[in-house]
Amino acid sequence: MSLQQPNPHSIAVTKAVLFIFCLLPLAWLVAAFCADVLRINPFGLPEELLGANPIETVIRDLGTWALRFILLTLCITPLRKLTGMHWLLRLRRMLGLFAFFYALLHFNIYLGLDQGYDWAEIAKDILKRPFITVGMLTFVLMLPLALTSSNAMIKALGGKAWQRLHQLIYPLSICAVLHYWWLVKLDTTQPGIYAGLLTILLMVRVRDYWLKLRQRY
Amino acid sequence: MLIKRPDDFIPSEITPQGLYLRRREFIKTGVGLMGMAAGASLLLPEAHAAPKPTAPFSTAKKSPYSTIDEALTPHHDVTNYNNYYEFGTGKADPSRRADTLQTRPWTVSIEGLVKQPKTLGIDDILKLAPLEERIYRMRCVEGWSMVIPWVGFPLSSLLKQVEPLGSAKYVEFYTAVQPENMPGVRRRVLDWPYIEGLRLDEAMHPLTIMAVGLYGETLPNQNGAPMRLVVPWKYGFKGGKSIVKIRFTDKEPRTSWMKAGPNEYGFYSNVNPEVDHPRWSQAKERRIGDILKRPTLMFNGYAEQVASLYTGMNLKINF
Repeated sequence: MSLQQPNPHSIAVTKAVLFIFCLLPLAWLVAAFCADVLRINPFGLPEELLGANPIETVIRDLGTWALRFILLTLCITPLRKLTGMHWLLRLRRMLGLFAFFYALLHFNIYLGLDQGYDWAEIAKDILKRPFITVGMLTFVLMLPLALTSSNAMIKALGGKAWQRLHQLIYPLSICAVLHYWWLVKLDTTQPGIYAGLLTILLMVRVRDYWLKLRQRY
Repeated sequence: MLIKRPDDFIPSEITPQGLYLRRREFIKTGVGLMGMAAGASLLLPEAHAAPKPTAPFSTAKKSPYSTIDEALTPHHDVTNYNNYYEFGTGKADPSRRADTLQTRPWTVSIEGLVKQPKTLGIDDILKLAPLEERIYRMRCVEGWSMVIPWVGFPLSSLLKQVEPLGSAKYVEFYTAVQPENMPGVRRRVLDWPYIEGLRLDEAMHPLTIMAVGLYGETLPNQNGAPMRLVVPWKYGFKGGKSIVKIRFTDKEPRTSWMKAGPNEYGFYSNVNPEVDHPRWSQAKERRIGDILKRPTLMFNGYAEQVASLYTGMNLKINF
């Protein structure tokens, strides 16, 4: 078996392992939430893992993981080109869906535990606060991508149209970083790191696009 | 200036010492009823640390200005969830790093438009006025709040020492900068030293205190030892920590947060659910220990005592 062309069995195993890894952040948050807030602590986790404001920690961690999975999804193509490991493409859908999964949890906990399902207040929040607006926009842009992620949908849309639709990941990744940036009170180190990584990942696309244009003429 | 005291105060209504400990129990029971944790959680013991029994200020007298019907935020949360950027911008940074803060010897110079400028040692300041326990709500501009049993004395008793001149209209507070001991000041996230300010009448208001302790103990470093400002009707950042200089001026001070974000942080920074931070709502807050948010009160619930300070002012402009 080679890393360049693994057999179908190794790809299936890789996918299963990756799936479990992708669930670890959630498992950790659930365990810490149970220990910290619900005081159910079968694993004997230390006190106050989520700090004094556990709800905010959970909302922020879920959001950060959604952003991380967006960036991981964007890593696949450059990594594939760099290493020639084209089978990596077969992991991309799972990473993208996990990005959506964490964003969905992030969004729902914001609606429920941060806003208490106060729809009037939520509507005001979305319209009035740029950081909420752009976060909402990120989620809305992720929806069609998640809904058209199945093989059947790729077939139904046709490869070209599907690909064009899924280029929405570029604007939505920028929205996701902005959402983080505008939330921070003063110290933008953390969102700055994600902005830097995203810039690199997007520059790779710009370069590839430019090279393609030059080849054509 | 009319200063009202809460008129519904009955000493017997003070929350008993042990009651605040049960607040988490209340939450977990509540969540349990929601079907997520029925039963199991009730078997687990309460784990929050109580104040040390050797508390030096445990004899501080009770104050009629204390809030009376609210559960205290657990000691562990008050001392482990802090904003003290000189020690880092993370909430847990101050409790992890502030043990390096040098709090003795410590002097506070009081200067500017005063008849008698003075430099006082902290141990003399502690003897200036009888220490009181002041249980105050603390509302952070970030949208969370606590109820903290401070130990301190009215700021006015300190300010009177220097006989302010008639031209003095404002008071500026300078907080300590100890570059070797404060890892956070190596980065200029804020303009050090941290400067805060009050109008003279706000500074002289009986609710405004200098805190030197909490939960009956000496003020922990991460909470602003040896002495920090507490202005309970304003957002928490107005309460400068580890004060080293107080200056009387005739001009409105330009505070560190005003320099960092002039559109986001005003001089007054009174708690006001109707005036939002440009980037987030101030209508609600999460009391530390609660799951759901609660409505934020005008002047953090101290309107009866302080609203008269701002009569006729547009609080949207003077935010």
